[in-house]
Order: sequence, then C-alpha cells, then structure tokens
Amino acid sequence: MSNVTSAVPDFRFTPTIDQVGVEERVAKLNTRSIKKESKMFALKLALSMVDLTTLEGMDSPGKVRQLCQKAMHPHDAVDDIPKVAAVCVYPTFVRTAKETLKGSGINVASVATAFPSGWAPLQSKLDEVRFCVDEGADEIDMVISRGEFLKGNYSYIFDEVAQVKEACGPAHLKVILETGELQTLDNVRRASDISMYAGADFIKTSTGKVSPAATQPVTLVMLEAIRDYYYKTGKKIGMKPAGGIRDAKTAIRYLVMVKETLGADWLNPDLFRFGASTLANDLLMQIVKQQTGVYQSIDYFSKD
Amino acid sequence: MYMGGAFPRSESERYYPLNDKKGNFIANICLGSRKDFRNAVVAARKAFDGWAARSAYNRGQILYRIAEMMEGRKDQLVAELVKEGSSPKAAQKEAETAIDRVVYFAGWTDKYQQVFGNVNPVASSHFNFSNPEPTGVVSVIAPQNESLLGFVQTIIPIIAGGNVVVVQASEMKPLATLTFCEILHSSDVPGGVVNVITGKTKELASHFSSHMDVNAVVFCEDDSSLKKLIQENASLNVKGVVHRQVKDYYSDENENPYLILDLQEIKTTWHPVGI
Amino acid sequence: MLKEFDLKKDIKLDFTSGWSYDPAPESTDHVHIKDQYDHFIGGKFVAPQGGQYFDTTNPANEKKLASVAMGCDKDVDAAVKAARTAYDKYWSKMSPRDRGRYIYRIARMIQERAREFAVIETLDGGKPIRESRDVDVPLVAAYFFYYAGWADKLQYAFPGGNPKPLGVAGQIIPWNFPLLMAAWKIAPALATGNTVVLKPAETTPLTSLKLAEIIQEADLPPGVVNIVTGAGDTGASIVNHPNVDKIAFTGSTNVGKIIQKSIAGTNKKLTLELGGKAANIIFDDATIDQAVEGIINGIFFNQGHVCCAGSRLFVQEGVADIIRDKLIDRMQSLIVGDPMDKNTDIGAINSKEQLGTIQRYLEIGLNEGNEIYQTKCDLPDKGYWCCPTLVANVSQSSRLVQEEIFGPVLTIQTFRTPEEVLEKANNTPYGLSGGVWTDKGSKIFNMTNKVRAGVMWANTFNKFDPTSPFGGYKESGLGREGGLHGLYPYLKF
Repeated sequence: MSNVTSAVPDFRFTPTIDQVGVEERVAKLNTRSIKKESKMFALKLALSMVDLTTLEGMDSPGKVRQLCQKAMHPHDAVDDIPKVAAVCVYPTFVRTAKETLKGSGINVASVATAFPSGWAPLQSKLDEVRFCVDEGADEIDMVISRGEFLKGNYSYIFDEVAQVKEACGPAHLKVILETGELQTLDNVRRASDISMYAGADFIKTSTGKVSPAATQPVTLVMLEAIRDYYYKTGKKIGMKPAGGIRDAKTAIRYLVMVKETLGADWLNPDLFRFGASTLANDLLMQIVKQQTGVYQSIDYFSKD
Repeated sequence: MYMGGAFPRSESERYYPLNDKKGNFIANICLGSRKDFRNAVVAARKAFDGWAARSAYNRGQILYRIAEMMEGRKDQLVAELVKEGSSPKAAQKEAETAIDRVVYFAGWTDKYQQVFGNVNPVASSHFNFSNPEPTGVVSVIAPQNESLLGFVQTIIPIIAGGNVVVVQASEMKPLATLTFCEILHSSDVPGGVVNVITGKTKELASHFSSHMDVNAVVFCEDDSSLKKLIQENASLNVKGVVHRQVKDYYSDENENPYLILDLQEIKTTWHPVGI
Repeated sequence: MLKEFDLKKDIKLDFTSGWSYDPAPESTDHVHIKDQYDHFIGGKFVAPQGGQYFDTTNPANEKKLASVAMGCDKDVDAAVKAARTAYDKYWSKMSPRDRGRYIYRIARMIQERAREFAVIETLDGGKPIRESRDVDVPLVAAYFFYYAGWADKLQYAFPGGNPKPLGVAGQIIPWNFPLLMAAWKIAPALATGNTVVLKPAETTPLTSLKLAEIIQEADLPPGVVNIVTGAGDTGASIVNHPNVDKIAFTGSTNVGKIIQKSIAGTNKKLTLELGGKAANIIFDDATIDQAVEGIINGIFFNQGHVCCAGSRLFVQEGVADIIRDKLIDRMQSLIVGDPMDKNTDIGAINSKEQLGTIQRYLEIGLNEGNEIYQTKCDLPDKGYWCCPTLVANVSQSSRLVQEEIFGPVLTIQTFRTPEEVLEKANNTPYGLSGGVWTDKGSKIFNMTNKVRAGVMWANTFNKFDPTSPFGGYKESGLGREGGLHGLYPYLKF
C-alpha cells in the first residue's frame, strides 16, 4: 500500500438518503420548461459535454476512427456546432483514438480495471491503467469492486480508488460506481463519498452494461454528494451520468439538475459529462430543428 | 369536592345546605367558586399527559377496577340515591346500570382506536394512518337529575378516551356523585384525571366554557340560554362543544363508542415508503 | 433594513450567472373569462338583488379580470331557499347511487377542463401555474372522485350508526386554494346527501364560478349547489341564516371564532379549518438534503399562503449551520415572478392587503432586532410580491414565531434535546400540522405522538390526499375534512 494521502471518510457524517424525497425533487425539476434561446444554449452545451462512447466486443480500429471523426465533426453542414468532450473506448483502442484525434483538443478516455465487472486482481487492474496512460489516455474510467462494496468492505474500495488514482499519473480519474448494482441511494451516496475522498476527479454512474444505468434520482444524489464535498474541501469534483440518456429532452433535464444543485460552475465539460452513444445525434437533430423550425430525420445525420 | 386526588373544601369557604324532598336537612355542600374551578383545571392539565400516555389496556383495567369498587360499595350508592329521592328499587337499578356502563366503556379503551382509526390509501408513496387522540382537558356540567348514572354515563366515555375532566356535579343531587368520587379515589384513577366541583351551574357555567386552558366543554341540560352562553364562550379558544341530550339513561343507545369519539381529535401521520 | 444573504464566503455556489431559462408562459388561449359573473342559484346564473358588483383582479399585474356579483341578504336567502327546495324535492329522494353518479360526472368534467381551471386559478389568485396545474386541479378531481364513491356506501363508514344528512350546508372558503377548498367542501357534502350554498373568497371567486358552469352542464338538479359571491358580509349572511343546518368554514382563526360565536344557541353543526403555525423539526440524523427540500416545500409552497405551512423551523444544533447554508443556497434557486410562467416557483402575493400584513410582520421582526434575510429577486413593476424570507436566531417570544404570517417567511430556532423542541413546538395556541425529520423510526413515532396537531408529516411535508383526513387541534379548528372522517361532520346519527 503506497502513498494514500487522505483517510477513509467518517460515514457517521454521511447523510442518509430518502428515496421518495429524491424522486419528488426530480419530478419537480422535470417540470422546468426550457424554450427558445435557453434551449439552444442547453443543446449545444450538452453536445460539448458528450463522451462519445463505443464499448463493444466487436469494436474495430475502423469503427473507433469513425467515432473520432464524428467527435471532431459532429455535423459540419451547420455552423457553430461544438465538438464533443471526449471519446471513450476500450484500452486496446486508445492509441488509435489518440492518433485520430491528434490536435483536436478532444480527450481520449479509456475504461479500465477489468471493465465492466471489475473482477480481476488489483495488480492487473493497476497494470491496465498504466498501459492506458502509456498509450496516451487522458482520462481513465475505472469501475469499483461492487462485490467488496456490497460486503461492506469500504476500506477496500477506498484503497482501490486511491491506488488507481496514483497509477493514473497525469490522467484524470473517473470512478464508475455501477449504481444499478449498488441498488440503494444510501449505497450510491456512500460510494460517492468514498470515491471522492480517495481521489476521484469525476464520479460516474454506470458502465452502460447493467440496467438500470444512469437515472435522475441517482444522479441527483451524486450531485448532492459533490456539493457536500465541495462545501467541506473547496474541491470541485465532476459528474458523469452514463448509459440510458438517449435524447435531448432527457439531457436537458440533467442539465437542469446540475444548474439547480451545483450552479453555473458545473455547467461545463470540465465538470460534467454525458456518457452516451446515440445522444449526440438527437442533440444535433434538435439543434437543427431549433434553427430551421423543421422536425428532422436521422437519415440526414451520420450514425457514426 | 374532589380535585387533584384530594377532597378540599371550597377556597371561598362558602357552602349550601342540601335538603331531602321533604325539606329535611341532609348535609352542607361546598359551594364551588370560579377559583376552585381554576385550581381544578390546573390539576387536570397536570394529569393529562400521564393519563393520555397510559396504555389503552391499563386504562381499561383501571376503569374495570372502578366498576369492581362500585360493586363493593353498591349499598352505599343505593342509600344515597334513596336519600336524594329515588325509590329503593329505582336506586338499585340506577346503581346497577351505572356499574354496567363502567364495565361497558372499560372494554372500549383498547378498541375504539381500531374502529375509528384508519390506514388511508393515499396515491403517493407514503404510509398514511389516522388515529384518535384525546382532546385534552374537558369541562363537564353533569346532568342534574341522574346523579349517579348520568354522571357515570357522561364522564366515563370521556376519560376512557384518555381525556381528563373537571365536572360540576348535580347541584341538588351531589351525594351519590361524591361517593363515586371516593370510589375513584380508592381505585387506581390517578389524581387530577377526574375533578368534581359542587356548586351552581349559574355561577360556574361561564367559567367552565370560557377558560382558555380547557379544550372542550360538555353539557347536558336542555336549556337554550345555557347553550347559547356555553357556545359563545367556547368560541374564545375554539373549544369543541358537545351537547349530550339523553332522554333515557337506561336505553341501550347509551352504549356506543361514538360517545368516546366526540371528545377525540383525529391525528393523521404521513411517512414515505422507500428504500 | 432587510439584509441580503451574506454570500462573501470563499466556498459558494453560483446560482445567478450562466445559463438561465427563457420565459415559458402558459398560454391563455381557449380560456374564457366573462366580463361579468352573477350568482349561481337554483341552477341558473342570476343577477344580484342589490344590483352591485365588485372587481376581481390579477394580483400579478393588478389588472381587472371580471366583475362579480356582490351578494346581499336577499341573494343568500334565495340561495338557501333553492338549496332547501333541492334537498326536499330531489337530493334527499334520489338514490345514493345516482347521487354518486352526479359527483363522478363533476370529477370527470374537471379533469377534462383541467388546463382551463389551472389557468384561471393562477390568473385570479397569483399562485404559480406549476402548482395549480400539478397540485390544485388534479387534487380537486381526486376529491370529487373519492367522495363520489362514498355516496352509496355510507352505512359501512359508521359501524352501528345510521347516518342521515343534515340538510343545507353553508360553506365559506378562503383564497389560498380557491378551487381545491370548494372541492373539499362540496364533494363530501353532496356525497352525504346535503345541499350546498358556497361562498368563495372575494379575491378568488372565478374558479368557483367556473365550477358552477360545470355543475350546470353536469345537469345536477337545480339548487343542489348554489354559489353566492361576495365579501365578509355575504359570509355572515350565510352563517346567520336560520335555515342553514351546517356551517363549514376555512379561513382565519379570528373569523372562525366570530362564526362559532354567531351560531351559538342554534343547532347548526360546525366545521372549522383555521390557522396554524406548524413546527418543522429537523434532527441531526435527518436525511439532510431531503429535509432541506421539505423545509422549502413546507414554507414556500403557494407563497406560504398555507394554513399548515411549516413556518417555524426547529433545527438541532449539530446541523444548524449546514441546514442554514443549504437553505440559503436552495432559496437562491427559487424563481420568483410571473405566476403564469411554467418555471415560476413563487408567484404573487394574493392581494395588496395580504402583502401589507406580511410587510407589517417583517417590520415587527426588524423592530424586535431579528436578523431577517431575503433572496435577491427581480420582481415585476406591478403586482404584489414578497421574496423568500428567512428570520434567523429568532426567539420563542417573537411575534413572528407566535403568530400566523401567511406568507413566504420562515423563522429558524435551534434546539438540543427532543424534550426542548417538543415544548417549543407545542407552545402555541394552534395545532394544525407539524413535521419531523429523523432517520430513526422510534423517534418518529415518539415525536408524532407528542406534537399536538392534526396532521403530522414525518420525513415529508405538505402532502394532501382525498383519503387522508385534515384538520386541527386547539385553535386550529373543529372537525376533519378528507378521508372517512371527513364524512362525519356532514351527518347526524
């Protein structure tokens, strides 16, 4: 065990969560009506926050290159379309992505630590992280060991995150809680606290391989954990809901949650990301619809 | 008089003579004053939390104990009713019925909540239930004619429901009532739960109905000016007013739990159902 | 001087700059408000016998919406006669099932015209369209649905009882939930077989009159529901009418007392839903973020024009600072302004008079030396407004703690032990509602048992449902509305 600088948080001070209250708050936030300029602003902001993702067994260098092109040129037919924030791939494709995206300012994120299940010896997880960083990854999306967490072995999770953080070196660390397996909001809150105190730069809901993936209640609880961590330490931790956010309307609802929970500082790609694959095109269609007033067809937007 | 578990005389030191039907002197009775009433309300308020917090089972046991004690002192009760003008046969019936009523309401102490309480199927993710709780300090002007049965019928449902009472006894027939107080005293009813003032309705009714630390007022006489006075005064602090008009204290209609419900507040509690 | 929140701390959240929402006004298309409204008596709209009308205005812009009949004794008398005739001739003779059908029909028609009702409610009363659309109107339909079903099942509600209707019910309702209060009154009265004379508040009569249109369309027998508009005198005329068998009133404790006194000596049955000063109690083991939301919902729902509002906040010392900080942050994100905007959280104060009352209390608070904070909000030039207000470090003896303000003003007190907070919570003449926030189950039951109030919200606040009885202890009222217990005040046995 090396160089763990902070201590395990004291869970006596981790507030418990009432599920019904969280759901009520989400329902209320969802009544926000976003129109006109404020909608356009939100659509473009959301697009700039997308981690364009491909995490399939049948991925190929060609597919990754296509995805990178899409990331850099989401829809050149229209002016003023922002680039996405990052491309997210398996470790094997980091180099391909890095090369394709060279000079674009778009980050390469790699999943690591035996994604998605996390079942591997710690040492091999750390090796995997170092490999990704060596290949050029700017961001590492790790998974926590849910088996240990659900056993109540919280110090294991803390140490695991802390060691991965160290292995990351200069790369940013996103910690995937896989909230669909943690199941309760109390668990989500506790895992968020452990991850942040152990060194996470971002906390992330899901791998996308487990249902349910990102949900609004889970995201709200994580945003509130980030808020409490900020109150206490002054450090701003990022948030990434991933999986299940497929359309612009849902994305805007997430932005409303961010705005009304954490305020303006978090409304940028440095502190908020969407992990998604199909969301980008729906955002694009809505942007074009806003500009032209005409409802769009996917046939006019590249799928990859 | 009976107050806070003691038998004081009136602070006013006044009394009035009680005569039988033929005009023969029986006894001097304390002529209770507004200050006596004030002191009784203090005693009642002090007793309320404890009495309301007793388990329903315990309240039932105590009420049943009253009935047992009445049974033991039935002869005395009958004798006093006779002194107050009843025939021996009528007195016997009144005492027996009164005992039956105490037993009847003793049995309700741990059941009316189940009859009048509910789980409410609200549309949101909440568990919601309503249950009756005692109103608090209740002032009672007891019926003037049935000094034992009327008194018992009026106050037992009220205290069965966890309330405490300050009662003005029948002006002209207080004897059996006062013996009943001795029975209460020697049973397990905590001091202050039942407080009894002897005296005149004319003097006391306005205080019984206006006192700001009294939560509800009960009266029984069919007297329109008394009713107006009590209802008007009750509005000072939004007291509940219950007018018990009983035609026949021997009828089965007197045996029902709605007499308990009248002096209950319904409390509804919500809690989320989630993980 | 009222203070703005001190936001000069190093660690702070920014809720003012960056992305903001564009106006999202609810459309008023297809919502028809007539220039003039008459009384609804005996199934027809009839002109006031005194010939007088008064204006009802939109409190968000002070513009007149319509003129409305001013009820006089003669109007009330006509309405009571119509109600009596309807009771004798139709309603008491109709089968309970048919009675229920009529109420179901009203419920369905309200659902069909929900948007129209919501818009008019917001225009006339100033509450945010989000609330009238998502809370008031859906609950109105739900209350009618719930009580419709009771009409032919009353014998099962009262074991051993043989319930009978009372006759004509006079009902007087307030301006804070105009249509919802009409539903709370009319639905149980009709289900139990009574007929109704209802008077809406003078500042918010329009939705009741729209309801009259529905009642007419639903083909209810004439006179079963009569609606007479007017102010306090009109209400007094109903209260004092000798042919009314029942009075149900929702409003201030002062007026409630006057009503109780007025009917002294009569056989009129009485229900009163009066004021409140609810304690909202936060223990240090509470679900903090949900508690903060509960505090916000408790006091700022409907501009704080809520008799059961959680206006007295009690926070256990260990979490007092964090709760205060979070409340302040949360209050910054509340959107105050045009009630017709779908994003508005806090709308207009209902009337100039009520705004004056709130402002007088704030002055009293300042004179008492309290720290009073308000959020900064851009308010429209016209209309009546009050920004969300926090009164910190206030003492139990303050008039702001003792008296009902009926506005978006929250007092904060701290406590150390359950005994201490219970004593303070119960140290009030009111007893309508209360809130308790703790994660410990046994503590919840202990507290909810001991707070003397008719509705206790544990780990939630300001929840309403037709199946759930509502009403207060002590000076908060007499009787219950809603649920099975809400039938009782409209029946005799």
